[in-house]
Amino acid sequence: MIKKFFSRGYIFLVLAFIYIPIFILVIFSFNAGKTLNIWEGFSFKWYANLGVVGDVVLNTVVLAVVVAVTATILGTLGAIGMFYSNGKGGKLMKGISQIPVVNSEVVTACALIMLFLLLGLSNRSLVGLFLGHLIITTPFVVLSVLPKLKQMDPSLYEAALDLGASPRQALTKVILPEILPGVFAGFMLAITLSLDDYIVTATLSPLGFDTISTAVYKAIALTTEAASMKLPIYRALTTIIFLLTVSVVVVINVRSKRKQKREGGK
Amino acid sequence: MTKENLNENIIELVGVSREFEDGVFAVDNMDFKVKRGEFVTFLGPSGCGKTTTLRMIAGFDKPTSGKILLNGEDITVLPPNKRPINTVFQRYALFPHLNVYENIAFGLKLKRVKVTYQDKKGNTFEKVEKLKKGYISDKVEKALKMVDLEGFEKRSVSTLSGGQQQRVAIARALVNEPKILLLDEPLGALDLKMRKDMQLELKEMHKKLGITFIYVTHDQEEALTMSDTVVVMKDGVIQQIGTPTDIYNEPNNSFVADFIGDSNIFSGTMIAKNTVKFIGKNFDCVDDFPINEKVDVVVRPEDVVLMDEDKGQVNGKIISSIFKGMHYEMVMKVGKSEVVIQDTIERKVGEKVSIFINPSDIHVMEKEFSSNKFEGYITKNNTVVFGDGEFECDVTTLYPDSTLDEEGYIITKEGEKIDLTDVDVNVEVGLKDIEISDDAEAGGAIGNIISIIYKGDHYQLIVRTDENEEDYVFDTEDTWNENDRVSIIIPKEKIKLSLKQEIKR
Repeated sequence: MIKKFFSRGYIFLVLAFIYIPIFILVIFSFNAGKTLNIWEGFSFKWYANLGVVGDVVLNTVVLAVVVAVTATILGTLGAIGMFYSNGKGGKLMKGISQIPVVNSEVVTACALIMLFLLLGLSNRSLVGLFLGHLIITTPFVVLSVLPKLKQMDPSLYEAALDLGASPRQALTKVILPEILPGVFAGFMLAITLSLDDYIVTATLSPLGFDTISTAVYKAIALTTEAASMKLPIYRALTTIIFLLTVSVVVVINVRSKRKQKREGGK
Repeated sequence: MTKENLNENIIELVGVSREFEDGVFAVDNMDFKVKRGEFVTFLGPSGCGKTTTLRMIAGFDKPTSGKILLNGEDITVLPPNKRPINTVFQRYALFPHLNVYENIAFGLKLKRVKVTYQDKKGNTFEKVEKLKKGYISDKVEKALKMVDLEGFEKRSVSTLSGGQQQRVAIARALVNEPKILLLDEPLGALDLKMRKDMQLELKEMHKKLGITFIYVTHDQEEALTMSDTVVVMKDGVIQQIGTPTDIYNEPNNSFVADFIGDSNIFSGTMIAKNTVKFIGKNFDCVDDFPINEKVDVVVRPEDVVLMDEDKGQVNGKIISSIFKGMHYEMVMKVGKSEVVIQDTIERKVGEKVSIFINPSDIHVMEKEFSSNKFEGYITKNNTVVFGDGEFECDVTTLYPDSTLDEEGYIITKEGEKIDLTDVDVNVEVGLKDIEISDDAEAGGAIGNIISIIYKGDHYQLIVRTDENEEDYVFDTEDTWNENDRVSIIIPKEKIKLSLKQEIKR
């Protein structure tokens, strides 16, 4: 009994440690005052002022979607290519492609800056930013697609060819539908990675171009008066993001539960 | 179909080889023809090249040399999707994201046909079109009916049993009306009863459809039951092509005999015309080979007739008896050899009996002779005794990286100390590694030259010892005379030793 109490208590503590800061943030997003320590009354005013940071949200979302779509296409094709290339070349590629996953983002960012400077280009540009995000997200797509390819019955591709499909038809009609869950997971990973990336964005984005993470950092760092004015608005924004994420997770879980039940019932 | 067409070969393999990157030949210079409408089975142990052959016919693998002809046309480099050939895969390879109907319709939906139209002015023109939906669904329905799966259209393939998946795979291949159906061990994953049913069903389908079936299996019973022609393969080389009856009754060599059905295989020597010596006794036989030639002798267990002691050709003692349902399988020991016998009347273990074998049931076949093989043992002086002689040898070759200590014990790589005295070993000596001498003291064994065969640029000699009549076969360029008394010399490093079994320490 006591043992149970302690094990439960421990889990509760861990969860509290993770979630209390978020709850504080959520609560204080409704604070009429600007600070995080003095409650000055309930208000929706920061939510009403969300339009002020609209451009930042738009920047972030557009960048993330463009990056995730590109990374998903590149990563999926890359994974298929690697999977079917035999011999030393294929193995080497699989290894190399995974280095950016473990590599620190700072290294990627610095390397890109040096590359751009070497080529005589500006180290802060939208193209550079896009490439930087692509480099950190694509390996994760590869990583989530490869296992699906390995799980697939290796004769499926040959079976499609055997039934008259061209290699391209075999890819689109058989292989892609088979690995689709992996592709989707890769896309979601890419979009989240791009959404909250700070280091690469901070080092490569053109001046005046902010995503949520860089803008929040600037606001916290109180670099300018204008930036710090926006800080409470970000509280409201992050609350919305948090609620959105939670609802997405809940929907996905409920749907998969239902699906399990349906299949189990058969 | 005209009569000439019936006799035409649908598939022809001309000198086909498939060499893998590591230099191993999966298929080695294969020449083979399949007649239209035939049920051909490639049979062999795993790794014999049968699946590679099938994959080359399907187009998944390309030969490294040679040609594959379909109806006389070279299709060696034609991709699989352009070949009028369909495959039933070992593990069915059904598309999991499609239902039964969509799986079967997969090939038809991809198919494009030329349709001729007439415009208002009466000119005809051709259009390449997809097949009509109604046509496809008719076809799929017929295919499902053929494999007894009507009403399964909407089912997901993952909810089907193994046997049902198998049927869908067959329907999916046959619905495209291929010229040839390839089947790669399609029944391997089914249980015994289902397998037997499917064997008969497939044979029935083959009869009804009249298309060529090429089947791959390692199950000899399956091959014998279903096929018109069986191709037995080993190490990428065809061992025998024939009807199931031929393959069973007249195996070409000991491998085929051993692989097809149960058999006794003995090493024998031709003693006289139509007389072969094995298990220490001379038997009359119908096959004729040159005198003193080393041969393999194959006798089917059901062809051995058991008799009371001294009534048959050779006496022995029953050492085991197992009831097999239809018969008893007994083992009789004669000297060092064992003879497997099948009979409906049981003889008890320990009973002294004799056997009789009809000359026509003794199949004598050429031996592929590449080296001398003996059984021997190591002495306390670390020499080896075999073939009625004692020879110097290097016992450290029995254990990799081992050494000998001063007392003659072997020290293994791991530092273990092993006493090899009286350890049984297999001994192998190459045909070029034996020399003979007039000096009786020079070698390890003594015997008489019983055979000299001229082989173009050298002689192949056989020396037979007196005591146990052990034969040494070797090549030499020197001239000797038959019946010369000689001693056998084998250099220490040419004696290849291997342990019969791991020694308990």
